[in-house]
Amino acid sequence: MTPLRVQSLAKTFTMHLRDGVVLPVVDNVDFEVAAGECVVLGGPSGAGKSSILKMVYGNYGVDAGHIWLTHDGADIDLATADPRLVLTLRRDTIAYVSQFLRTVPRVSALDVVAEPLVIRGADKAEAQDRARTLLAQLNLPERLWSLPPATFSGGEQQRVNIARGFITDHKVLLLDEPTASLDATNRAVVVSMIAEKKAAGTALLGIFHDEDVRTQVADRIVDVTAFAPRIAA
Amino acid sequence: MTDSPLLRVSNLSKYYGARLGCTDVNFELYPGEVLAVVGESGSGKTTLLNCLSTNLEPTSGRAEYRMRDDVWRNIYDLSEAERRFLMRTDWGFVHQNPADGLRMTVSAGANVGERLMAIGDRHYGNIRASAVDWLGRVEINEDRVDDQPRSFSGGMRQRLQIARNLVTSPRLVFMDEPTGGLDVSVQARLLDLLRGLVGELGLAAVIVTHDLAVARLLSHRMMVMKDGRVIESGLTDRVLDDPREPYTQLLVSSILQV
Amino acid sequence: MSATPSYNFAYLDEQTKRMIRRAILKAIAIPGYQVPFASREMPMPYGWGTGGVQVTAAIVGPTDVLKVIDQGADDTTNAVSIRAFFAKVANVKTTTHTGDATIIQTRHRIPEKQLQAGQTLVYQVPIPEPLRLLEPRETETRVMHALKEYGLMHVKLYEDIATHGRIATTYGYPVMVEDRYVMSPSPTPKFDNPKMHMSAALQLFGAGREMRIYAVPPFTKVVSLDFEDHPFEIQHFSEPCALCAATGVYLDEVILDDHGGHMFVCSDTDNCEDRRAAGHRGALSGEVLEAAE
Repeated sequence: MTPLRVQSLAKTFTMHLRDGVVLPVVDNVDFEVAAGECVVLGGPSGAGKSSILKMVYGNYGVDAGHIWLTHDGADIDLATADPRLVLTLRRDTIAYVSQFLRTVPRVSALDVVAEPLVIRGADKAEAQDRARTLLAQLNLPERLWSLPPATFSGGEQQRVNIARGFITDHKVLLLDEPTASLDATNRAVVVSMIAEKKAAGTALLGIFHDEDVRTQVADRIVDVTAFAPRIAA
Repeated sequence: MTDSPLLRVSNLSKYYGARLGCTDVNFELYPGEVLAVVGESGSGKTTLLNCLSTNLEPTSGRAEYRMRDDVWRNIYDLSEAERRFLMRTDWGFVHQNPADGLRMTVSAGANVGERLMAIGDRHYGNIRASAVDWLGRVEINEDRVDDQPRSFSGGMRQRLQIARNLVTSPRLVFMDEPTGGLDVSVQARLLDLLRGLVGELGLAAVIVTHDLAVARLLSHRMMVMKDGRVIESGLTDRVLDDPREPYTQLLVSSILQV
Repeated sequence: MSATPSYNFAYLDEQTKRMIRRAILKAIAIPGYQVPFASREMPMPYGWGTGGVQVTAAIVGPTDVLKVIDQGADDTTNAVSIRAFFAKVANVKTTTHTGDATIIQTRHRIPEKQLQAGQTLVYQVPIPEPLRLLEPRETETRVMHALKEYGLMHVKLYEDIATHGRIATTYGYPVMVEDRYVMSPSPTPKFDNPKMHMSAALQLFGAGREMRIYAVPPFTKVVSLDFEDHPFEIQHFSEPCALCAATGVYLDEVILDDHGGHMFVCSDTDNCEDRRAAGHRGALSGEVLEAAE
């Protein structure tokens, strides 16, 4: 079974605060991501790459279409799932590395990273061990691990975010510009981590502006401009 | 999360004479689920909370609660004795103003211990040990156990009120603007504490707030109310990041960026 | 045979007495429950026993023998005045002997001599509601009684232990009556609490200002509230009465001079006099001191 299949997805924004102007974003989005495959969404800024990623995670609602996920051996349509089911899918099946870390006051970087495992019922000490391994792999200085990431630099926050997204073995992993504020060394680390995920059979869907990284990780590029909505009338 | 809800609300309406409080509210709440109710003053969110917590009787509609023995009861059909027992064992209510939820002239320890004594605990040493344990969990130092909340800061009072509510391991907690009236730094600490406790204890909660940041941090789902009606509801991050209704878009766009 | 032409027997008019008797009967039927009644103005200020006087006036008959004590003493102003009042308005016999009395009106003590069947003890009560100091709303305390929600009463005892290391409440110590109602015993010392339990006498409580009457019928279970690890205890005195050498009774401390001199004497003056008449002598009784000189 294909872990992620997107069918005929459509999305428009209605901006009520600007006299109800309707902004079509994408239409007829169709693609699949197979296990062990990394699909990269391509296209210029504003083409709707980020919106597609957010719809696939359930963060944005969809106007039409389906987002099929293989969850617990069954096909589940995230596009029509109720909030509880979306939360269950996020806990067990689909993970997301956002562009920016949403920090929580007073929670240490280590616990931020370990949390997705803890939520799934893992032992807290084991989850923290795994988190330490990942943070070390991403070269985050050890003295930062026990601090809340709110005051970290952009690159440091992003590495925390990546570790948090990679700590579980979710079958689908979404990546929104994970390498944007990283130096060459850490970019290389992320590339190798993506390779490991692929080897483990994870289906990855991402946005990478860095062409160098994109060519290293992408098995296939889906051109989002193909989903541009036809302008009505 | 288990597969059976804890609370089922159907067609709940409250009119004050001809004036509308809230109308046609429907939702289900599951164990471990936090629901935020947002809206501005006068939107009906506090009326809804007061109806749910049986402080007000609705004009029509039902709210069924799954009791600890798994029997479903319409909370408005409970006898006063059953209702009050539920309120001090299986439910909690955190008021915006801690003075409304605390006994200001008895010690912190007795404030926390009162619910235990109310359900028949008669061993001083055990009651005190529980009180000290709970004060610790809400980050109040053990040496304050015999002080009256009158001598506490606003944030400490609010944390004490939370401990007082949670000591009997309730399954459902109602919160009315739990961080209202607190300094931003104190708010952050309280939010983090609440977030931890809710997750750790698997509490279901209904939180009324006008602060969208509170809703984002604490809740799984949210309902937006306006003029007594629920105009939009769903997954918290989806409602906040992709609001559909004009009023919700206005609310979200009105947040000040720091 | 009216004592003074201008007064009805026992001061109150018959309608009022009936009203109070109905309240008393209801109170006896529901031990420990506070029955509201239409308290009247009495020819004395509130706080001087208007509740007790109304209860006594409603139950006293021409053949009764009345004893009145104030803090255990028959000879203090309040006790003397109330005795004189009933001698005047009801022409009843009065006594200071506990054993001879049929009605004993009391402020803040229960006599040391065990009360017998047929005797009635009438308490003067300032604040009938034991939950009042913790819960100011009458509507709420009534519901708490109705639903037997008494956790709050233990909050008070908890506070005592937290502050003093033990239950420091020494008077007005709350009791549970017949496993149902929590009741204030009026400001008697807790030393007297055990005497209420299974007493052969009828115990009536009148609160004039607060307009409440409650009762403990004969042979009723009266248990002082406590914690498992801090059980109820009565006061103990390290020395016997300085006048009659009694032990196991409630003693008052009397200051003798400005140099710290003091003595402990019986609070119950009748009991003390009885003992001295029977030949008991304490360390500071006149004859012992004379003999020592």
